Amino acid sequence: MISQEGEQGQRLGMVVSGSLNKGVEVKLDSSASVEDMAVGRYVTIEGNKRRFFGMITDVSLGVTDQRLTLTPPDVSDPFIAEVLAGTATYGTLRVSPYLAIGGDVTSLIEGPQPVKTVPSHFSVVNLASDRDMELVFGKEDKERFWIGNPLDMETKLCLNLEEFVKRSNGIFGKSGTGKTFLTRMLLIGMLQKSTAVSLVFDMHSEYGWEGSSEQGRKVKALKQLFPSKVAVFTLDEENSRRRGVSTDFVVRIGYDEIEPEDIGLLRQLLNLTEPAVEAVYQLHRRFGKNWLQGALDLKDSEETGALLKELSIHESTFQNLRRGLATIRRLPFIESHAPTNAVRSILEHLDRGINVVLEFGRYRDITAYVLVSNMLARRIYAQYQERMERAMGEDTAKPTPLVITIEEAHKFLNPEVSSQTIFGTIAREMRKYNVTLLVIDQRPSGIDSEVMSQIGTKITCLLDNERDIDSVLAGVSGKSELKSVLAKLAAKQQALIFGHAVPMPVTFQPREYGSAESYKGFIFSEETSRQAEKDIEELWG
Amino acid sequence: MNTKEVQRVGEVIEASTTEFVTQCYELYQLPPLGSLVKTRDQEVELYGIVYYAATTSIEPGRRPIARGKDEDSEEAIYRSNPQLLKLLRSEFSALVVGYKDEKLYHYLPPQPTRIHSFVYLCSPDEVKEFGKSFDFLNMLINAHLPVPIDELIAASLRQMSEVYEDRQAFLVAAGKELAILLSGEFNQLKAILGRIR
Repeated sequence: MISQEGEQGQRLGMVVSGSLNKGVEVKLDSSASVEDMAVGRYVTIEGNKRRFFGMITDVSLGVTDQRLTLTPPDVSDPFIAEVLAGTATYGTLRVSPYLAIGGDVTSLIEGPQPVKTVPSHFSVVNLASDRDMELVFGKEDKERFWIGNPLDMETKLCLNLEEFVKRSNGIFGKSGTGKTFLTRMLLIGMLQKSTAVSLVFDMHSEYGWEGSSEQGRKVKALKQLFPSKVAVFTLDEENSRRRGVSTDFVVRIGYDEIEPEDIGLLRQLLNLTEPAVEAVYQLHRRFGKNWLQGALDLKDSEETGALLKELSIHESTFQNLRRGLATIRRLPFIESHAPTNAVRSILEHLDRGINVVLEFGRYRDITAYVLVSNMLARRIYAQYQERMERAMGEDTAKPTPLVITIEEAHKFLNPEVSSQTIFGTIAREMRKYNVTLLVIDQRPSGIDSEVMSQIGTKITCLLDNERDIDSVLAGVSGKSELKSVLAKLAAKQQALIFGHAVPMPVTFQPREYGSAESYKGFIFSEETSRQAEKDIEELWG
Repeated sequence: MNTKEVQRVGEVIEASTTEFVTQCYELYQLPPLGSLVKTRDQEVELYGIVYYAATTSIEPGRRPIARGKDEDSEEAIYRSNPQLLKLLRSEFSALVVGYKDEKLYHYLPPQPTRIHSFVYLCSPDEVKEFGKSFDFLNMLINAHLPVPIDELIAASLRQMSEVYEDRQAFLVAAGKELAILLSGEFNQLKAILGRIR
């Protein structure tokens, strides 16, 4: 590791050419070895009037005389090798400048701004020091949460979570790259540093009580760390009890709570035809709220035949629909009459500022997940919309910002259904109603590009499918440069964050999660901030 | 400056803007090829790098004749013929590579030195001061001399490196400068590097 010398980072070289679009080319000094460089590293460029912050996006080798490549010198002689290094043979870096900070007082106060130009010829390039990083990303404070360390640096990389939750966000990466750990950490961050509350649709039951690392080690999740701020809801009480999870609420869904729109979403999963979905609406008109029960109760009789004829539903369409509805009926948490109202209960918790994690237990098949999450989210969103509109009209308090976390997002947000699912709507309409999404997915190319373009901050672990990489980086400036950074991420514990909440893209190593020490770190910062609030309260009475 | 430390080797017998020729006081007391010498013209000190040396008869038309047939050793020839020391002379040519009045400049002085100016070998401190900049290498590369330039550059760097404690660091730094100056001439660079390592 390269040592940091005080305020100024180690000198790397100087700018020799470049453009704003393609980034600047930096010739390395002979003292800096190409082998110490890494794409994704941060550098500062000392221009005449401004200081630029940029990221290394490519490293290459050059020679001054082509003959060198044809008759290579005898580099086994250390003297020859040393003389040629950095002179006849040299390394170059491609650096994408992202931010600039002017030298005068006003621009110092304004802080780093996006670049609109490039540094002049032969500006000196240094490795960014810890202080530089702090200047750009800020210190850990009331709103900023320490998410990890920039690659090969000691600095704490902090994310402004208040800003983060204002937009929908995405966490992407192949399976096994650490998406879950990252999400868990961000949920803790949101719980501590932002005013937003979270609703997590926890498909694999790993955010509520405890999760496990790939080595099989158990790690504590939200409820264990912050019992007073998290409620665990479950669809599968038995499973939760077996795992020793103390649940706050058991979710049951009544037949009468399922609406025709919910079936529309499941069309693909239930293998329904288009007319079958149409038929649902007709049945709903006929039977009203209890249409599902009504439809299931229809026997193969002449009466039914007449009814279907009246509703102009074809016999085969009806059979198709019935098969689909039977799948739903088989879901154990669906009952003809639900004793409790899950939506109301979730909303009550959220209103009190308590984060809700909904565990799916054994029912992790995608039908259940899509059905339940959509149903709940739609109703919650409707409530939020109503309250927000009322708040705007009557000038009353707005509802607490809500972040809904969904996994396997491409199932809801693929181009075919994203227009129908509530998540598509939330992603598109965004923060108007104080509800945003945290999308977790391993196959971002499956997500509707329209939705993808609305995602504010993207955090991505390693992706190696070309289409996935393209879809994550769609619409980002300097896409090809980021692509090379993204493709070179380590398979574990490295991620790239870019977008709304960060001033420039950063590759970082997520904060450690899972050791007793790390828990203490999370809880400690929670307590100190609470203590500070208390002190302020006491001071001002 | 303490002149006692500095060895006086001869005086200038021919001078031009780019070089000066020195006759040595003692026969064969020639400074090594590539070494740094200096001469003084009033307040200005001129530095030169020895690029060529020769010992010849004092009269161009008269060639020495072989005398040692009956002598036991070469020294004996000179003992038996003491006039030889007066009939022969050693002289060397130095390329002017800089001068110093109040400070040191690595380029040609405004005037050449005068005939009969004394010529001294430079002290290690002076060599170190001069060697702080490698600008003289460019003058060497561009000079038109009767000796191979590669040899001269290598010899001068070898000579200079002697006064440094970290000889290797000096040579590497010089090598890097050469690599830049000879960026299109890799073969020449290779030849020089082979001679100084």
